[in-house]
Amino acid sequence: MSGKNQTKIIAEKGKQEFFIEREFEAPRELVFKAFSEPDLLVQWLGPDRLKMKIEKYDYRSGGAYRFLHINEKGNEYGFNGVIHEVAEPERIIRTFEFEGLPERGHVSLETATFVALPNERTLLKIHSVFKSVADRDGMISSGMEGGMNEGLVKLDKLLASLLIKS
Amino acid sequence: MRRDVFQAIADPTRREIITLIASQTLTPNAVADSFDVSRQAISKHIKILTECGLIMITQQGRQRYCYIQADKLNEVSDWLADFRKQWNQRFDRLDNLLVKMQSKKRKITDKK
Repeated sequence: MSGKNQTKIIAEKGKQEFFIEREFEAPRELVFKAFSEPDLLVQWLGPDRLKMKIEKYDYRSGGAYRFLHINEKGNEYGFNGVIHEVAEPERIIRTFEFEGLPERGHVSLETATFVALPNERTLLKIHSVFKSVADRDGMISSGMEGGMNEGLVKLDKLLASLLIKS
Repeated sequence: MRRDVFQAIADPTRREIITLIASQTLTPNAVADSFDVSRQAISKHIKILTECGLIMITQQGRQRYCYIQADKLNEVSDWLADFRKQWNQRFDRLDNLLVKMQSKKRKITDKK
C-alpha cells in the first residue's frame, strides 16, 4: 500500500544496537494502540505465513508478555519479555528474548518512541540494544526467528475482529 | 540446507570464527583452541564457512591457514536488506490497519 513512507534501518558494523524509523499517516495515539492491544498487534506484527499465538500479554509497566510462532510442522517458537514502562502515548520499553536459540539468556532491550508530527502524523522510532555484537547481527540476519532459518512457512494468519472503543 | 552467507552467519559460533579470522589468519587448530567446544564441532563450522565462500583454506608449507574472503563479507553488508524488507512488510500491514482504525473511528464519531 504505502511506498510513500520508507522504513529506515540503522545498524552500524561492530555495534550492539540497531534503530528502526518509520512515519505513519495516523496520530500517535492510534499507532500506540496498535502496539499495545493484542487483537491489533497480531494483525500486523507476525510474518504473513506464521501463526502467532499470544500466550500472555500484560502490557503495562512491570508487566510481561509471551508470544508463540507456530510453524507448519506444529513446532512452537516462543519469545518473551518484561515490560519496563508503558508511557502512553509516547513510549514503550521492554525486554525481548527469543526462546529458540541454543541457549537462554540472549535478552535485548527495546525502546519504542512515538513522536507526534504535524498533520496528525507519527514518527515511530525503535531502538534495540543487545548483549553483544554477535547477538545483534544474529537478530538482523535471521529476523525474529533468531538463529534459525525456517525459510518460507505457510500458515494462516491469525485475524481477530477489530473492536475499537473510542 | 542452503549454503549461503546468511545461513552461515546465522550461527553465533560461526560469527565468532569469522571475527577471529578476519583480524588474523589462523590454522584450523588455532581456531579450535579459541573455543570451548570440541575440535570436531569447530571443524564442521569451518567446513560450512568454506562451503559458502566466507573462508578459504590454503596450504603454506606444512600448515593450512584459514583466510577471510573479503568480497563475500561485502555481500553480507547488504545483510540489512532482508531485515528491512521484513519490517517494511510489517509496517505496510500496520498502515492498512491504521486506515481501518481511523475509518471506524470516523463512523463512530459520525453516529454521535
